[in-house]
Amino acid sequence: MTYLAKPKFHHPALPKNALGFTHRDYEGSVSTLCAGCGHDSITAAVIEACYELSLPPHRIAKLSGIGCSSKTPTYFLGNSHGFNTVHGRMPSVLTGANLANRDLIYLGVSGDGDSASIGFGQFAHAIRRGVNMVYIVENNGVYGLTKGQFSATADRGSKSKRGLTNNDSSIDLVAVAMQLGATFVARSFSGDKGQLVPLIKAAIEHEGAAFLDVLSPCVAFNNHAGSTKSFDYVREHNDAVNRLDFISPRDAIKVDYEPGTTQIVEQHDGSRLALHKLAPDYDVHSRIAAMNYLMERQAAGEVVTGLLYVEPDPEDLHKHLNTVKAPLNTLEAKELSPGSAALEKINASLR
Amino acid sequence: MPLESVNDFVVRFANVNGSGSASANELFARSVLRMGVPVSPRNIFPSNIQGLPTWYEVRITEDGHLGARGGIDMMVAMNPQTWDKDVASIEPGGYLFYDSTKPMPASKFRDDITVIGVPLTAIANREYTDPRQRQLFKNIIYLGALSALLDMDVKAIEQLITEQFKSKEKLIQSNFHALHLGRDYVTLNLEHPIGLRVRKSDKVGDRIFVEGNSAAALGAVYGGASVCAWYPITPSSSLADAFTSHCRRLRVDPETKQNKFAIVQAEDELASIGMVIGAAWNGARAFTATSGPGISLMTEFLGLAYFAEIPAVVFNVQRAGPSTGMPTRTQQCDLISCAYASHGDTKHPMLFPEDPTEAFEFGAQSFDLADRLQTPVFVMLDLDIGMNHRLCKPFKWDDSKQYDRGKVMTAADLDAGKDFGRYLDVDGDGIPFRTYPGTHPTKGSFFTRGTSRDRYARYTEEGPPYVDNMQRLLRKFETAKDLVPKPLRANSDKATRFGVIYFGSTAPAMDEAAGLLKAQGHHLDMLRVRAFPFHHSVDDFISDHDFVFVVEQNRDAQLRSLIVNECAIDPARLVPVLHFDGTPITARFIASAVSNRLDALKVTPLRKERA
Ligand SMILES: Cc1ncc(C[n+]2csc(CCOP(=O)(O)OP(=O)(O)O)c2C)c(N)n1
Ligand code: SF4
Ligand SMILES: [Mg+2]
Repeated sequence: MTYLAKPKFHHPALPKNALGFTHRDYEGSVSTLCAGCGHDSITAAVIEACYELSLPPHRIAKLSGIGCSSKTPTYFLGNSHGFNTVHGRMPSVLTGANLANRDLIYLGVSGDGDSASIGFGQFAHAIRRGVNMVYIVENNGVYGLTKGQFSATADRGSKSKRGLTNNDSSIDLVAVAMQLGATFVARSFSGDKGQLVPLIKAAIEHEGAAFLDVLSPCVAFNNHAGSTKSFDYVREHNDAVNRLDFISPRDAIKVDYEPGTTQIVEQHDGSRLALHKLAPDYDVHSRIAAMNYLMERQAAGEVVTGLLYVEPDPEDLHKHLNTVKAPLNTLEAKELSPGSAALEKINASLR
Repeated sequence: MPLESVNDFVVRFANVNGSGSASANELFARSVLRMGVPVSPRNIFPSNIQGLPTWYEVRITEDGHLGARGGIDMMVAMNPQTWDKDVASIEPGGYLFYDSTKPMPASKFRDDITVIGVPLTAIANREYTDPRQRQLFKNIIYLGALSALLDMDVKAIEQLITEQFKSKEKLIQSNFHALHLGRDYVTLNLEHPIGLRVRKSDKVGDRIFVEGNSAAALGAVYGGASVCAWYPITPSSSLADAFTSHCRRLRVDPETKQNKFAIVQAEDELASIGMVIGAAWNGARAFTATSGPGISLMTEFLGLAYFAEIPAVVFNVQRAGPSTGMPTRTQQCDLISCAYASHGDTKHPMLFPEDPTEAFEFGAQSFDLADRLQTPVFVMLDLDIGMNHRLCKPFKWDDSKQYDRGKVMTAADLDAGKDFGRYLDVDGDGIPFRTYPGTHPTKGSFFTRGTSRDRYARYTEEGPPYVDNMQRLLRKFETAKDLVPKPLRANSDKATRFGVIYFGSTAPAMDEAAGLLKAQGHHLDMLRVRAFPFHHSVDDFISDHDFVFVVEQNRDAQLRSLIVNECAIDPARLVPVLHFDGTPITARFIASAVSNRLDALKVTPLRKERA
C-alpha cells in the first residue's frame, strides 16, 4: 500500500474556525484501515476536536507506536510532524520530545497491545512522570494488525473470533492510569462522537498527563458475539457517568443547565468543562471514589465512560525538573556551553 | 635483595569496601602528583557495596607510563580476608605494610619480602573513642606512615588536606594530627625510608587528574546536551551522575534559578534511548550513558534512529560481557554490538577516546557528528578510562565555536521555496535536510517512521525507493569517514615491515610496549584508530606493512573483524593480540605477545611468499 494524498479542493463555503482553517486543514491522508474500523471514528474525533479548538496544526506533534491504531496519526493533522515509533515505546519518545520543546501539544496514540502488553511499562512510567500530553489508547481488545490475537485488555472469558476463550484477567488501563497519578482520566467509545470530541478537547487543554481509553471495535477480528469489545456489547453496557461540554476560555458560560446536575470544572488554561452528571453522586475530583465506582460497575459487567477524574491544577514533568521556560531545543552554544574561562577553572580544580 | 627504586614502582592498597579508605588512598596518589611525579591509579572492586574486598593500585611513574604495569612492589594489606593472596602477589624483594596490632604467625609472611608492621589499630584506639573516627583516621594514619617510609613530602599532603577541607579548620587539624601519628611512629620506630622512594620532580606539568566518565559528561555539557535519559548500570552511572553535578553548577540560569537541562532516570534502557530519540527528533541535543547490557536492550530503537535518521549520542562505558559478565571489570568488547546494533542492514559511527581529555573532546564532538550525520553516534569508553583518575592534558574549549546542528531547514528556508524532501540527497553526501516539529504552519511537516518511505517521507513498500534509500544511507556512511576523528599514525624511527593498530584505553600500555619492544630491537609503526567508520588511512597503513598487529581487549578480535569487514583486508595480515581477563591490558603483556610473534615470523619471511 502506498501513500494516498487526499484531493485538495476547498469548497469556498467550507466553514472556518477562529484561525481561518477549515476542517480539511486538520485532516491527513486517506485511511487504509478496514471500512468500519472504530479507529477511523477516533481519527474523525481528533480532527473535529483540533478544528473546534482552532489549534495551529503545526504546533501539535503526534506520536504513536505500532498497530492499526498507531497508524492513525497519518490520517489526521497532515500539517503536523508525526512519528510512528516502535511497538510499545511511544511514551518514551513522546517524553523525550516533550522535554525538548515544552511549547508544542503532544498527542500520543496507541493501541491496547501497544500500551497494555509490550508497552505496559512505558505507559505506566510516562503517566507517573506527569508528562504533559494527551495519551489515547484505541482499545479493541485484540491485536488488529497481527490478525486478531487477544490483547491484555481482553476480558477474562471473552471469546476470540476463532472461538478461543481468554483465560487471563484483563488490564483496565483507566484504573491503572488513575492509580499511577494521571491528572485527567476518561473513557469513551469510538461510536459516541458526541461524548468523545469534548473529552479530547478537554484533554488537550489539560496541562498534565491526560489519559483517554477509547473503546474502538475491530470489525475484522473482534466484533462478534462473545466479544466484550464489540459495537453491540459496548452500546448495551455503556454506563456514562457524565456528558461533557467543553467551553474554551473565549466563550462565555451560558448557565442554562439545571442546577444540581451540572458541575463546572475550571482548567488551568482558563477553559471550563461543564459536566452534566448522569450518575448523581459521582465526584470527578476524587480518585478513590472514582476507582471504587469503576470497580463496582466493572464487576457488574458495565463499561464506565465519561470524564472519570480530573485535577484542575495539575503539575507536569517540566515543573518537576524545574526547566527554563524557553524550549530546550532553542538554546544555543552561548546558553549551553559554559565557556573557556569556566573550563580553565575546572582544569585548575583537577590539578 | 629488597627492591630499590625511585619514582618507578607500584603500590597496591588492599581494603575492605566501605571502610572509608578510598579518600585516603586517593590522597596518597594526589600527593605524589603534587611532588611532580606522574601516577596512574586504578580501582579494582567487586560488584558489591559493603564488606567485600577492594583494591586501589597506584603506579608511580616518573616516565609517565599511565597504563597498568602488572606486579606489585608494595602491598598495603588492610584486609585480613584477602591477606594470603595479597601477600603472595608481592614481587620478590617487595614490601608488605600491615597493621601489626594483632600478632601474626610467621607462616603468614614471606621471607623474600620486607615486612613493615605499624600498630595502626592500637594507635587509632588509643587516640580516638568514636568507632567511626577510629576507622577513618586509621586510613590517614597509614598514609602518614607511608609518607615517612617512601620519603614523601609531607607538605604536599598537608596542602591537599587543606584544599580538601577548605575553611573547616577543625577538620584540617584533626587530619594533620592523624597524619603525624603515623609519620611519627615510623620515624621513631622503623628503618626509613625504604628502598622505594618518591622524589620531587617536574614531570606533571599542566596536566589534570580526572576520571573519564566525569570528563565525558563535561564534554556533553560543553557540547550542548540538554536532555539526558539514563538507567543505572556500572560502570556508566558515574557519567550520568557527573553530568547532573556539572549541570547543577554550570547550567542553572542565574536569574531564574531554572535549569537549562532535563535529566530523567528512566525505567530501563529502552525508555532511555526512546527519550533520547524523541528529544533529538524534536531538535534538542540528547544522550544516554550505558554499558553492554543496556546496548543489547536498546538495539530495536537504534535501528529506528538509523533508518529514520535521528541523531542520538550513546556513551557506552564498556565492561566485561557477555551477559552480566564481570560488571566491574574492564574490556573493549562491544565494538561489534554497537557498530552493527539492530536488525537489518545497520551501521553506526563510534568514537574511541584514549583518555579523559579525548573523552571530553569526543564527548562534545559527538553531538555535532550526530546532528550532522543524523544518526546515533557511540562514544566508546570503558571501565578503565571511565572509573579511574587519569593524568591527562587539560581540557580546551574555543569560545568562538558554534554548534554544528547539521542540515536543518528553517521556516525562512521553506518560505523561500526550498524543496524539502526529508530523505532527498540534495548535496550528494547522503545527508538530507530535516525540519524540527513546529517549524512552519503549512510547509515542511513530515511523518517519521521506521517503515520504508520515499524521498519525500511518504510511506511505500516499493522496491526501488527502498533500495534508493538504503544506498543513500551507505553514501552517508562514506561521508562519515571524513568527519569522525582521524587515526593518528606514529612511524618508528627505523623502517619496518610491521605495524600495530590499537585504540581507546589500550593507548598508554601500547605506547610503553613500543618502547620495550624497541629496546629488544623490534620496530613497529603505530596507528591509533580513533573512530569507526575507518578513514582511508587505515587501509593505507595496512597496505604499507606486511603484518599489522591489532591489539585489543576482547576475546574475538572485534576491531580486527571490523577492519576485515569494512576495509576488505586479507585477515592473514592482521595478527590479533588479545587481552580479555578483565584487568587492564599491560605493556608487559603486549610486548611479550608481539615479540613472541615477531621472533616466530623471522623464521618465515612472508614478504617473499607474497611476491
Ligand atoms: C517488537 C515487535 N514485536 C511485534 C510486532 C508485531 N506487531 C505489530 S502491531 C502488533 C499488535 C498491535 O496491537 P494493538 O496495539 O492493539 O493495535 P491494533 O492493531 O489492535 O490497533 C504487533 C504484535 C512489532 N511490530 N514489533
Ligand atoms: S484489523 Fe481491526 S483494528 Fe485493524 S484496521 Fe481492521 S478493523 Fe481496524
Ligand atoms: Mg488493539
